[in-house]
Amino acid sequence: MRFVKKNILDIASLTAEEITFILNISEKMKEISERPVKKVPILRGKTVVLFFYEPSTRTRTSFDVAAKRLSADSVSISASTSSMVKGETLIDTAQNLEAMQSDVIVMRHSSSGAPHLLSKHIRASVINAGDGTHAHPTQALLDMMTVRENKGELRGLRIAIIGDISHSRVARSDIAGFTKMGADVIVAGPPTMIPKGVENMGVSVTHDIDRAIDGADVIMMLRIQKERQKSFLFSTEREYARVFGLTRERLENAKDDVLIMHPGPINRGVEIAPDVADGSHSVILDQVTNGVAVRMALLYLVLGGK
Amino acid sequence: MTQQSAEEKSAMLIKGGRVINPGILDGTTDILIRNGKIAEIAPEIGPEPGTRVIEASGKIVSPGLIDMHVHFREPGHEYKETIATGCLAAVHGGFTSVCTMPNTHPVNDSGEVTEYILKKAADANRARVFPVAAISKKIKGKSLCEYGELKESGAVALSDDGNPVVNSQLMRRAMEYARGFGLLIISHCEEPELAANGVMNEGALATRMGLPGIPNASESVMVMRDIALCELTGARVHIAHVSTAESVHAIRDAKKRGVPVTAETAPHYFTLVEDAVADYNTHAKMNPPLRSHRDREAIREGLADGTIDVIATDHAPHSPLEKKVEFDRAANGIIGLETSLPLSLKLAEEGIITLSGLIEKMSVNPARILGLEHGMKVGNPADITIIDPDLSYTVNAENFRSLSRNTPFDGWNMKGRAVMTIVGGDAVFSGIPEEDNIPG
Repeated sequence: MRFVKKNILDIASLTAEEITFILNISEKMKEISERPVKKVPILRGKTVVLFFYEPSTRTRTSFDVAAKRLSADSVSISASTSSMVKGETLIDTAQNLEAMQSDVIVMRHSSSGAPHLLSKHIRASVINAGDGTHAHPTQALLDMMTVRENKGELRGLRIAIIGDISHSRVARSDIAGFTKMGADVIVAGPPTMIPKGVENMGVSVTHDIDRAIDGADVIMMLRIQKERQKSFLFSTEREYARVFGLTRERLENAKDDVLIMHPGPINRGVEIAPDVADGSHSVILDQVTNGVAVRMALLYLVLGGK
Repeated sequence: MTQQSAEEKSAMLIKGGRVINPGILDGTTDILIRNGKIAEIAPEIGPEPGTRVIEASGKIVSPGLIDMHVHFREPGHEYKETIATGCLAAVHGGFTSVCTMPNTHPVNDSGEVTEYILKKAADANRARVFPVAAISKKIKGKSLCEYGELKESGAVALSDDGNPVVNSQLMRRAMEYARGFGLLIISHCEEPELAANGVMNEGALATRMGLPGIPNASESVMVMRDIALCELTGARVHIAHVSTAESVHAIRDAKKRGVPVTAETAPHYFTLVEDAVADYNTHAKMNPPLRSHRDREAIREGLADGTIDVIATDHAPHSPLEKKVEFDRAANGIIGLETSLPLSLKLAEEGIITLSGLIEKMSVNPARILGLEHGMKVGNPADITIIDPDLSYTVNAENFRSLSRNTPFDGWNMKGRAVMTIVGGDAVFSGIPEEDNIPG
């Protein structure tokens, strides 16, 4: 197939065929990372700007490594070092970056829809590295890659996503991706963390975590942010861990071959017990490895790779 | 135009139009204007020499339209709208009078600012401007403004619009104190802790877009509070920009009980739903936000049965500096003066309201609620809007007289618009400018 997408803004704008194609390319890219010399020249002479308006270690490093493995030149800009702190608008900053002949702008931004705005005003490709609580398409792709690697295919699997769905761009992109690929998705958490109308995204909802775990092939735990206590989304970390946390006892009722996933960073002892995070079902570090492969594939594809 | 003194003004005769004066007259008749006032309303008035004759057959002749909720940005943010450009936009849209909200910089919370606005309006010499002054100092909800001075300076009503009055005790006392001066209270109903950091309607679309939502209850709990306070104080209370079904129900019930509450909605709430913000369109971002189909239906029912008395635009000019940015950072509000009448005519065309009902909501009712000397009556100032109900055209925001372009209706096909706006006997807007006259 010929991949013609210039931008990767969200999962909703990708077809199932495009997702499969990206995952296939990602597997080939992963093989590059396993070589003794982990570098190929296919993006030599291309410039990738990592424009991170919101702090990030994992995702930015992952994109940086991906660009370098393909021999592209990558430049990092964070909000604190950019002229945005001097009051320049997003569009002005991006147009300046583009004027330096950048080929791809990878953007992380705290405002939902910011990459969409950006893509309307520049000619360079835009890859969304997470926007507000809207989308995190590269995370969803690496999650799907990790599940496919372990389960063979995605169709028919039962995926449980547990935690603060309301504030999670990962949850939204995972829901969009897994449902598009034919998996059944159930989301779970206290009602304060389940956004209105999420059923319209094709998922079922429960507030009972044991029900979500029952029969699940994949359990995706989401990070709980302590500051959500201030907006009354939960009472205490103690109660959260007790009622909604993933513990070894709870896992006893899960399928024998269940996969435990987490987009990180982990709050050990809150949403996930340390022995579960490090246990035999956990593929949390495989997710990180696959993240590099997915980002290599996307950089290659948006720059016209065939 | 009004440079001439009243005595020197030539007489004007509007001939052969369909004159709609709700509840009094609906038929083909003539109107004679002399010395800026309505001199005669009768069939077949013969023109005296020197009288300007306006041929109005096929047109609707209405008492001048009033928009009782606009934001002109002067003083303070003149790059978005001045009083002069706002007044020009008003008369192009068919409005002879507007009420300007007080959230300028500085806030209109003193006689000095009220007088400044009136001076600028007199210089502009287009639409009549009736300033709404603040309920509380700097619209901060901490202390009452000097209502006596504000009234003497020309304020017709009080509102902290843009901000809700959160303190219920302050609102109660404001209603009581305003009642003593015969001033209307206009309430922006919003419970800010419930609205939280929301930027659009709460629901499935907000969830999909990853944007924090504003629940209907953030409006309706305050509508219910203000109805209770209106009952308690007996003040005249007007609910601004109603957007939810629950608010409509609460107002309907209150009116049945005889509570002296009135209400307005804006054309965007009876025309659009939340889907207009999909793709992060900041030109459809406003507060209260566009709601669901169910809410829009309830707003239309409220207009149809008289629960909602007034159509007002909440005309809120913003420049690209505030709008060409990330959705959650974009300013709230859209402009409305130059699209309100065609959108309301569309509502009449769809049979939701009659033409007479439209004129009630855009002229008669706002005048009554505000206590203005207005209406198509011999001896009254000749404020008249002539509407061509059949003129089809396409909205082109570039041709707006407003300084701003923030409208979701750019490119819409419309049928019907004002072709002449007469204020005090002067045709302050006349005809269709060439560039606007694009067949729809």
